[in-house]
Amino acid sequence: MAQTTKVREEGAGQQRPEFKTATGTRYALDRLFTIVVTIATLAGVAVLAILLIDVFRDGAPRLSWEFITNPPSQIFPETAGIIRPLVGSLWLLGLTALISVPLGIGAATYLEEYAEDTLFNRITEINISNLAGVPSVIYGLLGLGIFVNLLGGLTGGQSAVTGALTLSLLILPVIIVATREALRAVPNAVREGGYALGATKWEIIRSHLLPMALPGALTGTILALSRAIGEAAPLLVVGASLYLTYNTTNPFDRYMALPIQIYDWISRPQDEFRVLAAASIIVIMVVLLLANSVAIVLRNRFQK
Amino acid sequence: MQPITQAAAELFSEQNPDARISVGGAGTSDGFEAFCQGDTQISDASRPIDVAEEVPVCKENGVEYIEIPVAYDGISVVVNSQNDFATDITSEELKAIWEPAAEDQVTQWSQVRSNWPDEEMSLYGPGTESGTYEFFNEAIVGNEEEVSRQSDVEMSEDDNVLVQGVAGDQNALGYFGYSYYENNRDSLKALEVDGVAPTEETIRSGDYLLSRPLFIYVSTQAMEENPAVQQFVDFYVSEENLNRLVEAAKYVTLPDSLSQESRAQYEDRTTGTVFTEEGEPKGGDLETALKQSQ
Amino acid sequence: MALESGQTRSAPEDWRRNSRGRELRERIVKVVLTACAYLSILTTFGIVFVLLFETIGFFRQVSIFEFLTSTEWAPPSGDFGILPLVYGTLMATMIAVIVALPLGLLSAIYLSEYASRGLRRYLKPALEILAGVPTVVYGYFALTFITPFLGNNVIPGIESFNALSAGLIMGVMIIPTVASVSEDAIFAVPRSLREGAYALGATKRETATKIVVPAALSGIVAAVILGVSRAIGETMIVTIAMGAQANWGGSPTESMQAMTAYIVQVVGGETPRGSVTYQSIFAVGSALFVMTLILNLVSYWFVRRFREIY
Repeated sequence: MAQTTKVREEGAGQQRPEFKTATGTRYALDRLFTIVVTIATLAGVAVLAILLIDVFRDGAPRLSWEFITNPPSQIFPETAGIIRPLVGSLWLLGLTALISVPLGIGAATYLEEYAEDTLFNRITEINISNLAGVPSVIYGLLGLGIFVNLLGGLTGGQSAVTGALTLSLLILPVIIVATREALRAVPNAVREGGYALGATKWEIIRSHLLPMALPGALTGTILALSRAIGEAAPLLVVGASLYLTYNTTNPFDRYMALPIQIYDWISRPQDEFRVLAAASIIVIMVVLLLANSVAIVLRNRFQK
Repeated sequence: MQPITQAAAELFSEQNPDARISVGGAGTSDGFEAFCQGDTQISDASRPIDVAEEVPVCKENGVEYIEIPVAYDGISVVVNSQNDFATDITSEELKAIWEPAAEDQVTQWSQVRSNWPDEEMSLYGPGTESGTYEFFNEAIVGNEEEVSRQSDVEMSEDDNVLVQGVAGDQNALGYFGYSYYENNRDSLKALEVDGVAPTEETIRSGDYLLSRPLFIYVSTQAMEENPAVQQFVDFYVSEENLNRLVEAAKYVTLPDSLSQESRAQYEDRTTGTVFTEEGEPKGGDLETALKQSQ
Repeated sequence: MALESGQTRSAPEDWRRNSRGRELRERIVKVVLTACAYLSILTTFGIVFVLLFETIGFFRQVSIFEFLTSTEWAPPSGDFGILPLVYGTLMATMIAVIVALPLGLLSAIYLSEYASRGLRRYLKPALEILAGVPTVVYGYFALTFITPFLGNNVIPGIESFNALSAGLIMGVMIIPTVASVSEDAIFAVPRSLREGAYALGATKRETATKIVVPAALSGIVAAVILGVSRAIGETMIVTIAMGAQANWGGSPTESMQAMTAYIVQVVGGETPRGSVTYQSIFAVGSALFVMTLILNLVSYWFVRRFREIY
């Protein structure tokens, strides 16, 4: 007892070298680090905010009803508008959704509910996750080689169908992954209950699994489609038009697209075209913001 | 050249919403290649069709054409607007810069003119398929192989890219059509060539060395097969429209006498080119050549 | 087995009546769904076929040796050395990683270790928005804001097309990629490791930097590799803001051309099909495909490693 007291008396008031805690420095570094990570997280968001403000400042004055409904121009910036790229993008959106959503949900259903754990199926899974990482311009080259050249007779060459097919292949992996996760989240009890009642696999899927997985799948699908709307690179490669004198009226027509128009106007050095590009960016960002908000609301509701 | 036809297409389609026109942007040479294969109906050209190489191909494929001069262009030699030492240049100096032997050799301004600074020179120019490239090459470098300096020149078929390049680079020297200079006067400065600055007057009169006519070539077969083609060309070269279009595209309008001859050429449907193998108009000047061909 | 005869009279008859129809339907459905899934294999075959076909045609006219080793890229003159394009791509990518690695990793640490649940709910989607911005918008921003900003305030001699602006904004674009995969990795580190550290008197920072991050290292490496792969494949930012002239060995303040930008340049110029220039875009595409494929597979391997450890 006496010894311990002695040690405590010795140690009180001064730190023994082995037990240097340096708490002062460490806590100071901690505070610094907290600031650093907070700033780092906000930095990306801050850049985004600056970008949006800059675009808004450049482009907002140019926004008007005429801007939405006038045809674009490469010579007369004063009267130019975005109706033809808008129509083109809508066509692309519709056709791409029509093609990619059934294919994606179908593929996900197969992989989640039907596929056995064979080597072939495992390779399919790896292949899909790899396709998700292939650069979009390579999908454009695929589209150029197959849909424009090889199957040009069927697709109409540089047509809206070609663009939609290319975009569909691009976003298919995303839809598949999202739908698979949504299906995985459905409790197995549902499946087992269905089998117990004598239902077949497809009946269970159609009547219970897909409807229950729909909100989650829909979220991923909406995000995938909004990514497709914003793509320019693959469309440039498969021949989206930089200028058309007419609105796209059927899937085999040539087409313009909003991101392509933005790209064209950015490439022109005159200030008036820069302003047009900025205004178009505002339009596309608003559309994307709406789409993403819908997706997020859906996801939140689904997660409850 | 493309801006003029683009303006025509845009205005024409306003009045004729059913017309479907697509304007492609390749160089003059690529354009003729497609035209003489029968793939396009109208070909824009910033130089006359090549008698030795392109006319035979058209003939082989049975493509007959009407050659219609529509405007003048003055290839402008430009520097960055903040360049304070260069205001003029001679054609010999231009040759010294752009001939193939100058590759990697002539890299500083002071090598061209001794009282220019020792700064690095960055060169910008159109691609080899461009009519502008070929004209400049012939007028300035004038060598057998018909190539000029390439590997250390920033080349692009898209003149907008060249404009942005020169506008953003203080050491830049480039050349392209007058329209692209006119549209960007605040960021570019045009040099006088052999003492003459490029203006509408000097380009039209020919006083400016690098002045040249621009053409559209229209396939007669296309006009017969597709009445819209004829309507479009009618619109394009008509008296009310042609000068308006040229001015909107910021090129230089033809003098009235020449544009009348040009219009007559079209209305009479006179086919063939009025240029010789050397690229000169038969009879010395364009107006005479057109008159003689009718 | 409480099957009262009254209750089940209709059911067995329905079953017996439709069983063959149902079986057929089941089989048809299975075939259709299988086809949907195997479409993905067809896609990969399509990509490989298209790329190979034109690339082989290309290599009939250009030697592979020149393609892979020459530093001259000037298609009009017949020079097809891909190194300058790879240089441009890698320069922009390197700058992007310098931005995205610290910001992405630190964001991941913040979101998983520091942020309250409420903050997390808003900040995570905010970061994800960065990934949803169309790349043409980023290109616009790089060209019209970042380059003039740098030119007026930091680097007076910067060219109007340059690798630095493109790389910086590309870095911002891939922050979400790096952050989200890193965050998954950090999240997978068991609580026990953290609590052990705290028990030993470590501060939050020390735990995060000396315990958690090293434990999540393979996942973080995967995140960075994935970000690199995305940057290499990015097209519009480098096309709009970086330049159209191949430039071997240039500085980041100069203009240079990336592999993806070259492909866009050629397709915009209406090059005739079958010409060597047309084929060259597929050759460049093949190189691009191989590069991103290897990176994605390596990253996938790293992800599996960190998932297995825990």
